[in-house]
Amino acid sequence: MKRGWTLPILALAGFVFLYAPIVSLVVFSFNESQLVTVWGGFSTKWYGELFRDPQILNAGWISLQIATASATFATVLGTLAAFVLTRFGAFSGKLLLTGMVTAPLVMPEVITGLSLLLLFVAMELTFGWPAGRGLTTVIIAHTTFCMAFVAVIAQSRLRDMDESLEEAARDLGAGPVRVFFDITLPVIAPALVSGWLLAFTLSLDDLVIASFVSGPGASTLPMVIFSKVRLGVSPDVNALATIIIAIVAFAVVVAGLLLRRSAAQNPQ
Amino acid sequence: MLWLLVFFLVPFIVLGRISLSEAMIARPPYSPLWEYGPDGNLEIIASLENYRFLLSDSLYVNAYLSSIRIALVSTVFALLVGYPMAYYIARSAEPRRSVLLLLVILPFWTSFLLRVYAWMGFLRRDGVINNLLLNLGVIEEPLVMMQTDFAVYIGIVYTYLPFMILPLYANLVKLDGALLEAASDLGASPLVTFFTVTLPLSLPGIIAGSMLVFIPAIGEYVIPALLGGPDTLMIGRVLWDEFFSSRDWPVASAVAIVMLVLVVAPTMWLQAVQNKREAAE
Repeated sequence: MKRGWTLPILALAGFVFLYAPIVSLVVFSFNESQLVTVWGGFSTKWYGELFRDPQILNAGWISLQIATASATFATVLGTLAAFVLTRFGAFSGKLLLTGMVTAPLVMPEVITGLSLLLLFVAMELTFGWPAGRGLTTVIIAHTTFCMAFVAVIAQSRLRDMDESLEEAARDLGAGPVRVFFDITLPVIAPALVSGWLLAFTLSLDDLVIASFVSGPGASTLPMVIFSKVRLGVSPDVNALATIIIAIVAFAVVVAGLLLRRSAAQNPQ
Repeated sequence: MLWLLVFFLVPFIVLGRISLSEAMIARPPYSPLWEYGPDGNLEIIASLENYRFLLSDSLYVNAYLSSIRIALVSTVFALLVGYPMAYYIARSAEPRRSVLLLLVILPFWTSFLLRVYAWMGFLRRDGVINNLLLNLGVIEEPLVMMQTDFAVYIGIVYTYLPFMILPLYANLVKLDGALLEAASDLGASPLVTFFTVTLPLSLPGIIAGSMLVFIPAIGEYVIPALLGGPDTLMIGRVLWDEFFSSRDWPVASAVAIVMLVLVVAPTMWLQAVQNKREAAE
């Protein structure tokens, strides 16, 4: 296997499989032709079309608002959950909390979406809040499923960090809150940044949960895209996809460089 | 903690409660579980009618079975595609290894919906694959690939491939090279070494990766909706239609509860396997 050609060829085929559809999507976004799969010459007209479509622009704006809010809430709550799980030792309910933190990672989205919607309806009937569904309910739902991912990332970082730093601070007379903000938080900050970014992309990307819990007037970008592509392939979606892919690729490369630099600065 | 309790645990209680009620044309569209009878007594009116309905209508049973079948087949394909990739990455030297890993993760960061959409352009009758094959003269007639179970398999394998590769990689990278050398010193051919040494040792990675593909695939809605045909039956899709088209909330809840059991069982099994492994180490 070591010097054989089988393995590299199989691996290469795998990478081609991963990237070919994305590459063709990008290429056809510059296609002049109305037919998505027939090349009609180079053109950027679909990009122009995209920026004149109020439905898409509006949905994009809604999605950005939701993603920013839920990523922020999810990072705060997820960090707290991770901190409780790694630092408080054994406590009653720990098993329940561990289960609740990890369950959303594997839960089918249709179940999460349906059950949250039913909760919102029941809450509205009982307390009168949330009145109807819209941005708020989507933000709550996204925070809930994103915080699981943040918690997992923060937890592994908290486990790896040198606890003697916290002990030293405590010996020098710092209270637990001070220790958390002066020592723990800065140390785990890179993990929180990547957690926030992950939550942000997950929220931007979510279709199923948002479809269940959003109300009229709060259609997110994936919901608009989905209703468009259900009817068939449309060239302006190719343009939109290319923009999103470019942004994500850029963000991932920058995040990767930042992480590598911080790893080089304090090797652990 | 409170957040999770309110927005994660309680919803399931609500879900279970509604699955026991009857559908009504009202707001909310389900009957109350208890009400005060004419003589002022509290009457409990819960029924397992919805669950009996699920069992009696072959649509639901078939949907569960075909979801499991589709998820299983896709998991096997994902393993076949992902294993060589993970193995190759694990055996690469450092700078290249990080780059390859990043290349595996990168598609995972790009939109799930758009990645499924990309395959629509590939698999269509006038899509990229058919055009290529027609021009090369391999086929005379365009192949029908969209709206088949085949397209659904491809979609699932494609979108969940990183979930398969990453645990496999984490496992294979820890593999002790000395074992492989020992095997070849003792005269085993590379293929024999692979099947007697590498494969058994990577079993935990295989299990973890397979679970990460299998579990979300069972509840999948978007992939069968976009790539599957009208006869591609998956339970996520049935739940969606039951909820949004038929507006039968109680039956949709019962469908969800049964699906939950289907998903929770393998998860707990995985957890048990992991605990056993940790205990052994």
